[in-house]
Amino acid sequence: MAAPLYAGTAREIRDQVRTGAVSAVVVAQSMLDRIQALDAKVGAYVEVWRDHALEMAEAVDRRVKQGQDPGPLAGVPVGLKDNLCTSHGTTTCASKILKGFESPYDATVVNRLREAGAVFLGKLNMDEFAMGSSTENSSVQKTRNPWDLERVPGGSSGGAAASVPAELATITIGSDTGGSIRQPAAFCGCLGIKPTYGRISRFGLIAFASSLDQIGPFTKNAEDLAIVMNVLSGIDPLDATSANLPVPDYTQSLKTGVAGLTLGLPKEFYTDALGGPMRESIMKAVDVLKGLGAKVVEVSLPHTDYGIAVYYLIATAEASANLARFDGVRYGFRDPAAKTVEEMYRGTKTGGFGPEVKRRIMLGTYALSSGYYDAYYLKAQKVRALIRRDFDEAFAKCDVIVTPTTPTPAFKFGEKTDDPLQMYLSDIYTNSVNLAGVPGLSIPCGLIDGKLPAGMQLIGKPFSEDLLIRVAHAYEKARGFDMGKPAIK
Amino acid sequence: MAQLTPKDVEYVAALAQLSLDDAAKSRMLGDLGNILGYVEKLNELDTSGVEPMLHVLDLANVYREDTVGPSLDRAQALKNAPNTDGAYFLVPKILDAE
Repeated sequence: MAAPLYAGTAREIRDQVRTGAVSAVVVAQSMLDRIQALDAKVGAYVEVWRDHALEMAEAVDRRVKQGQDPGPLAGVPVGLKDNLCTSHGTTTCASKILKGFESPYDATVVNRLREAGAVFLGKLNMDEFAMGSSTENSSVQKTRNPWDLERVPGGSSGGAAASVPAELATITIGSDTGGSIRQPAAFCGCLGIKPTYGRISRFGLIAFASSLDQIGPFTKNAEDLAIVMNVLSGIDPLDATSANLPVPDYTQSLKTGVAGLTLGLPKEFYTDALGGPMRESIMKAVDVLKGLGAKVVEVSLPHTDYGIAVYYLIATAEASANLARFDGVRYGFRDPAAKTVEEMYRGTKTGGFGPEVKRRIMLGTYALSSGYYDAYYLKAQKVRALIRRDFDEAFAKCDVIVTPTTPTPAFKFGEKTDDPLQMYLSDIYTNSVNLAGVPGLSIPCGLIDGKLPAGMQLIGKPFSEDLLIRVAHAYEKARGFDMGKPAIK
Repeated sequence: MAQLTPKDVEYVAALAQLSLDDAAKSRMLGDLGNILGYVEKLNELDTSGVEPMLHVLDLANVYREDTVGPSLDRAQALKNAPNTDGAYFLVPKILDAE
């Protein structure tokens, strides 16, 4: 029996649609049927765009029939995290305060994907305003880890991460402020990349922490990652923080191996806090890369231990400023009982935001408030400079830094919800990458106890995504095992 | 750093325009106290002489010609508003009419 269409990689689907061997409508139908049959168990989608997906697929098929180039993602079914503005459907950040919000415009990445021939399936669940590490902070629903439905998918891009191994989308797009792509990718067993700050336009991404936020894709393999990074990357006049640098053809990275590259293992990441089985998985993967001719050296990132503290001061300070715009005037929820403007502001924010968002607004407001600014926010920015310097010095000794993505595999629902600090610490290996602004990629490197995925994180110099994809691809081809598929039961 | 007090929590909630009931206030006091206790570890580091990192990229001003381009039309800009008269966003009265 031929594999079902929903199971294909982006490259396979694209190639078949381009030649007319398979219709994009039939691919979309296959994926939509799969979503209908299975998403009640996973809970990845907050909105499914059945009719819209079929219309987009028809448009792709028309381009093929007319002999036009249908694009590098022709007919590829793509899911979008719900903090990416889309002119179709709603954009809510999984928050009550934006329930029903219909964006008047598309994010730049959404436009780029559409022009590349992608077919949009709908919007994916997330922690409210991307604040969380388990998607339990969504005001809409739980998303379950496809490998074990009693466990979280990670977060904040939990819906986007769960969809790829569950075959509820071929590629998904998420955002990463402190690990929100890499941590859930590791928990769910797919690839995810947080590109360099500035690599991908953030126009139309609802802001959480502006000096840290980046958009990035989730895929089944490194080849698909290269294909979609070609589509997403590059300068955008609508985003002043997008970098004016040439974008390499990332698919060229699939042609070279890792011989001659130097991999750095930061000693601060391989401490007792790292569980035995996770350590074994990573070291096995490092051995595979060694076998391919990569050199391995120890490096040091001395300020690793301060990353979480710096992150939670800077991210919350920026969030408290960014989220001030949700005041009930121009869009979203407004407290219907308010009789004065003051009451409207307070009633809207109090009724519209969930507990974690309020906690972070409070922390950020405190860190920026008069008398505390120097002690908290300014101090955090200075330590951020030291963290960046650590990376610069480590990259003088190696090409790519290799770490675990998370200290443990996916945890159970409710395990960390009572203690926000414990939840924050689950991002201990990913936060500093955002603080330094460098790119990080998570790739599956086996199953812990044969059950739960482990993720290896590859960290590179600014704008070295090509190198990260190259290492990921070489590893994937040589590792000698297949991650298999989750049973979803 | 001084211990976070219930008064601090009320003050910050007022700045952030959030109303907290007693249960939320006491939970917030505990949670924020914990997190602030944790971030104290930054004081282990001597950062004198370190320039704060404000941004990842070396950003410079980007100039362009000041030309009129397309923008959202009024209907689109107003379509998500909780209350409008078709031309303006409407909010509860700010000034009392005497």
